[in-house]
Amino acid sequence: MHCHAETHTMYQYTDFDRQFVRQRAAQYRDQLGRWQQGKISEDEFKPLRLQNGWYVQRYAPMLRVAVPYGEISSAQLRVLARIAREYDEPEAAVYRQALETQGALGSAKLPTHYAHFTTRQNVQYNWIPLARSADVMDLLASVDMHGIQTSGNCIRNITSDERAGVAEDEVADPRPFAEIMRQWSTLHPEFAFLPRKFKIAITGAAEDRAATGWHDVGLRLRKNDAGELGFQVRVGGGMGRTPIIGTVLREFLPWNQILNYLEAVVRVYNRYGRRDNIYKARIKILVKAEGQVYIDDVEAEYKQILEHDAGPHTITQAEFDRVCASFVPPALAERVYQDAQRTEAELRAQAEEDRFFARWLQRNVAGHKNPLLRAVTLSFKRRLQAPGDATADQLDIAAQLADRFSAGEARVTHDQNLLLPWVHAEDLHALWLAAREAGFASSNVQLLTDMIACPGGDFCSLANARSIPIAEAITERYQDLDELDDIGEIDLHISGCINSCGHHHSGHIGILGVDKDGKEWYQVTLGGSDGSDLSGPAGAGKVVGPSFSAVEVPGVIEALLATYRDTRTSAEGRRENFIDTLRRVGHEPFKTAANAARIKAEEEEALA
Amino acid sequence: MNRTLRILSTEEHVDDGEPNVLQLANDADPLAIEVCLADVDRIDLVFPKFSDGRAYSQAFLLRRRLGFAGDIRATGDVLIDQLVQMQRTGFSSAVLREGVDVSDAQRQFDRFGSYYQGDAVTTAPLFARAA
Repeated sequence: MHCHAETHTMYQYTDFDRQFVRQRAAQYRDQLGRWQQGKISEDEFKPLRLQNGWYVQRYAPMLRVAVPYGEISSAQLRVLARIAREYDEPEAAVYRQALETQGALGSAKLPTHYAHFTTRQNVQYNWIPLARSADVMDLLASVDMHGIQTSGNCIRNITSDERAGVAEDEVADPRPFAEIMRQWSTLHPEFAFLPRKFKIAITGAAEDRAATGWHDVGLRLRKNDAGELGFQVRVGGGMGRTPIIGTVLREFLPWNQILNYLEAVVRVYNRYGRRDNIYKARIKILVKAEGQVYIDDVEAEYKQILEHDAGPHTITQAEFDRVCASFVPPALAERVYQDAQRTEAELRAQAEEDRFFARWLQRNVAGHKNPLLRAVTLSFKRRLQAPGDATADQLDIAAQLADRFSAGEARVTHDQNLLLPWVHAEDLHALWLAAREAGFASSNVQLLTDMIACPGGDFCSLANARSIPIAEAITERYQDLDELDDIGEIDLHISGCINSCGHHHSGHIGILGVDKDGKEWYQVTLGGSDGSDLSGPAGAGKVVGPSFSAVEVPGVIEALLATYRDTRTSAEGRRENFIDTLRRVGHEPFKTAANAARIKAEEEEALA
Repeated sequence: MNRTLRILSTEEHVDDGEPNVLQLANDADPLAIEVCLADVDRIDLVFPKFSDGRAYSQAFLLRRRLGFAGDIRATGDVLIDQLVQMQRTGFSSAVLREGVDVSDAQRQFDRFGSYYQGDAVTTAPLFARAA
């Protein structure tokens, strides 16, 4: 039994950690000042601001705030709300130009004063002027936050299972390792100018909810036959132009060797990764091109690190224990007002009384290591707002809900929602009422409208097409909960360009924005998987045919889903999921249906 | 952090083909030159662009792996904001690119007291250092 007198659920910053983030903010202010004075050029300033999260996009800078492994406190959420409210506001001329240009494409509104949850569990803002950027970094530092290495060709923020530390199927909690790796990778002097960005994902669960196969490095905690803890290490996964699933370099690497091993993996990449072509610079291309030679190089370098350098980054038991001490279940975990059976009976009665509550329990509430608790998803997938967008007020309300129901902690999820990891079963009905009032209770987790979408051509200068209007059209079309339930669990992923921020490669249905003759077109793929239990082994989807116009996309989705409903089987009262039907019957009937949903040019003009 | 890196202007950087100075291209394998290091006093590594980070690994390997005790010099596109990284990966001198204001350099060394991970100079990570 733990003593909960002074416990906390998240990593607690030491004086060193806190000082470090403040020094980083001061360093950024110094760099910004030298750029403003013309002492460093735009090109020279670019990687400096990128490695603090400032990425200049279509109209204004975008700030990406790091949320290490997705774990965030209510105090941090409140500061994010304040930034949205006070800083996420473009200069008038910038906004006017954005509205004119996007208006010509058909985007009627461009929201301001809000934040956006990303698939890599970070938080982005779209309108903060660069002139105010140093003030924002100071504000973030006041709650131990920053934008360190959220962009640029360096080791990025490390992502994890949204249910890390609370999942029932966990071998070990990945968060202490994620934190130790975060510290190791922060301002690493040798790895700040890699050939390209470098993303690490880690999970400790049996189910892969962190898409580890799709990362530059994917780590899965496991135990060997002797019961010792270690990692399966995959290297060289990635999306973009060349979707590849990572190669297993080690089936079992002892837990305390992970930093030494990563040093070898990244050093060999830094030396030999391609720098002549940005599209071939990711580690996946090196692993694919060199194969066993790359693996041999890593193993030889690792051996040298251990034998010659004496493995300086071997994680000590003391350090592991120190970091673990932060990740303690909250006191509410042991709060018992009534016995669990009575709570179950009450929940059943409330569910029978209100089918909306029943739906929410079924869709948005997940099991927990502690049978008294649940992990609850607050949905940010609803009408009138883009997937993963949250206004300043909504962030404040989320902070209140985290305080009231989840020991002051929330998680940003890969699916662009928030999750409350410590909800007492006794509080579920009260939480549902509060979430419903806040507009966070869409009972659509894992369903069609719980889609992933990048900001797309409304904000991003890389995008070939807009994502948000496509997401909006599909959301509007599928508002009937019975219909959504009938379609069942499905991953719909939308990216505005081949860089794949919307993970279209891993969608059961993927939508990719492409540019043809200056017009927006959309390629549709089928059968991708992120590696979760629902989706099966990670892999990229296949294109159904020539791309579709924006007007055609909702009809194509409808045709694909109709094909599924016509061909699915059911056994023992359980309907086959979309992805399973697709795998069983093959892509042909789906392709035929999608291509039949094309609209003739003259009809399209009438619709436009 | 204490600055030990010697910051040189282009005038101060003498490059007249002396036999005790070795120039290593940034795609060369530093481990391959181990046999000829005996008479070398200085190795010049190059940053063709400041954003090409290969020379950091080369410096680390020369200093840590081969134990080279002479001067390791950064040349090419050497700017203020990379000087600290250079010192940490094993460089002992750096030739600032023409036109860069050296007065901005010292602040960068003064700012951070220490760092999380070990490097070529302080080999142990923060967690393994004596308090």
